[in-house]
Amino acid sequence: MQAALTTSMKFRYFKQHVFFAVVRLSALLIALALGGLIAYIVANGISAISCDFLTLPPTDSMTKGGIMPAILGTLYLTIGSIAVALPLGVVSAIYLTEYAKQGKFVRLIRIGINCLAGVPSVVFGLFGLGFFVVFLHFGSCILSGALTLGILVLPTIIGASEEALKAVPQTFREASLALGVSKWETIYKIVLPNALPGILTGSILGIGRAAGETAPIMFTAAAFFTAKLPSSVFDEVMALPYHVYVLATAGTHIDQTRSIQYGTVLVLVGLVLGVDLIAIVIRSYVRKKKRW
Amino acid sequence: MEGNSIIELRNVNFFYGKTRALTDITMDFSKNRVTALIGPSGCGKSTLLRLLNRMNDLIDGTRVEGEIIFEGINIYKPDVDPVDVRRKIGMVFQKPNPFPKSIFSNIAYAPRLAGITKRSDLEFLVEESLKQAVLWDEVRDILGKSAMTLSGGQQQRLCIARALAMKPDVILMDEPTSALDPISTAKIEELIDELRRNYTIIIVTHNMQQAARVSSKTGFFYLGKLIEYNATEKIFTNPDVKQTEDYITGRFG
Repeated sequence: MQAALTTSMKFRYFKQHVFFAVVRLSALLIALALGGLIAYIVANGISAISCDFLTLPPTDSMTKGGIMPAILGTLYLTIGSIAVALPLGVVSAIYLTEYAKQGKFVRLIRIGINCLAGVPSVVFGLFGLGFFVVFLHFGSCILSGALTLGILVLPTIIGASEEALKAVPQTFREASLALGVSKWETIYKIVLPNALPGILTGSILGIGRAAGETAPIMFTAAAFFTAKLPSSVFDEVMALPYHVYVLATAGTHIDQTRSIQYGTVLVLVGLVLGVDLIAIVIRSYVRKKKRW
Repeated sequence: MEGNSIIELRNVNFFYGKTRALTDITMDFSKNRVTALIGPSGCGKSTLLRLLNRMNDLIDGTRVEGEIIFEGINIYKPDVDPVDVRRKIGMVFQKPNPFPKSIFSNIAYAPRLAGITKRSDLEFLVEESLKQAVLWDEVRDILGKSAMTLSGGQQQRLCIARALAMKPDVILMDEPTSALDPISTAKIEELIDELRRNYTIIIVTHNMQQAARVSSKTGFFYLGKLIEYNATEKIFTNPDVKQTEDYITGRFG
């Protein structure tokens, strides 16, 4: 009896060890994949990075020179898409969580948002081309690209904002309302400030992803090559992801520009990780301060 | 001796969806008195309390029948703004719920939005409210510190001060000491005794001794009905209804 028991216990411990090993291994694989990817990019791209590379426009049919217009273009597009999507997304989330009566209509909107999140990015690109570029006559420019990217990240921002708003304790709302403060003032003065870090973190992560998208901007904003910098939102810009795409597929000097391609990818990845880092810093700072 | 009443309920029924939570409640709350509402969990006493400042409006699918008359006006009339009602009828909750702001801002928050913007006026109001809530001496030097650093009992007195700063006529208290230790509880009870002079207080409590100590009238609720409403002394010594006696002596509930 005693012996049987220990055997079965041993077997159970064995199963536990196997399970832990599998779990550890999967976590390790993910870390390895990311680490490998970054190491590969750094190894291939670091030689291209220089002060000139970051501050000069491309020269000699884009086989030499830098990528400054593309860096700037990506920054403009990203900032533009934040300016479009953040207010719209936050306001939508406020409506959905604070005002709308939970029912069929709201469920329908939520389903719509989830569908929007699942649409392939090239579809957004085609929509942007059809609507902003052609129908609204904006042409291929920063405005069209930023609007298209803005719609792309909208579901992410709404989702993050809804989560952040829901995380604000109901007791805060009750306390404020019970003092004879109106609903809008309660949302504006109590709920939003407490949700803001969460909203920003989620949104920044979403925007970081959008910064690396090629398909939505290739028809709406990105120029194959322009040495001049944009002077208004109605100008075309170069952008990092599209620049890589162009150099790696469409150019006539694909092999010659290999190191520029990797260098551009490295800058793009650095930019996205940098943006993510900002989000992580905000989150950890707020977690330390939060006390409810 | 029966002072004039400040809130009058006339045949009030209340529904959560199809569930009836309160049945035909008719009762008056006397001005400048402490009234206690007691009864087992789920009997409707907290629901009733939250009806009085229209906090139940926040829950979807609720319905009120009957009249709740405050200073001569039915507060459920369509043209009454719940915001106005809540300015005059303040509330203290079961769990202390200060905002994650400084002690000063916690109190100045609502008055500022109500239109008091002069710094000196606000400072005066904050001091006055904290003194009324017997918290001033403990926090006078740390007004800029986060309210979250205070102890539970201090937080609850801060919440009372916050309600007082709006100069309400009535203060509703929903089990205000159930999350506090005995010493903090005693302080809150003393405070209630002080506030009685200038405010009408309606308190929901699970603590029978507390009801006996602080209130002059007590209402006993069971299954959404007001079983007995009498002078506290009578309720606790010689209740008219057998059910009340059974509950108070601990035979059920």
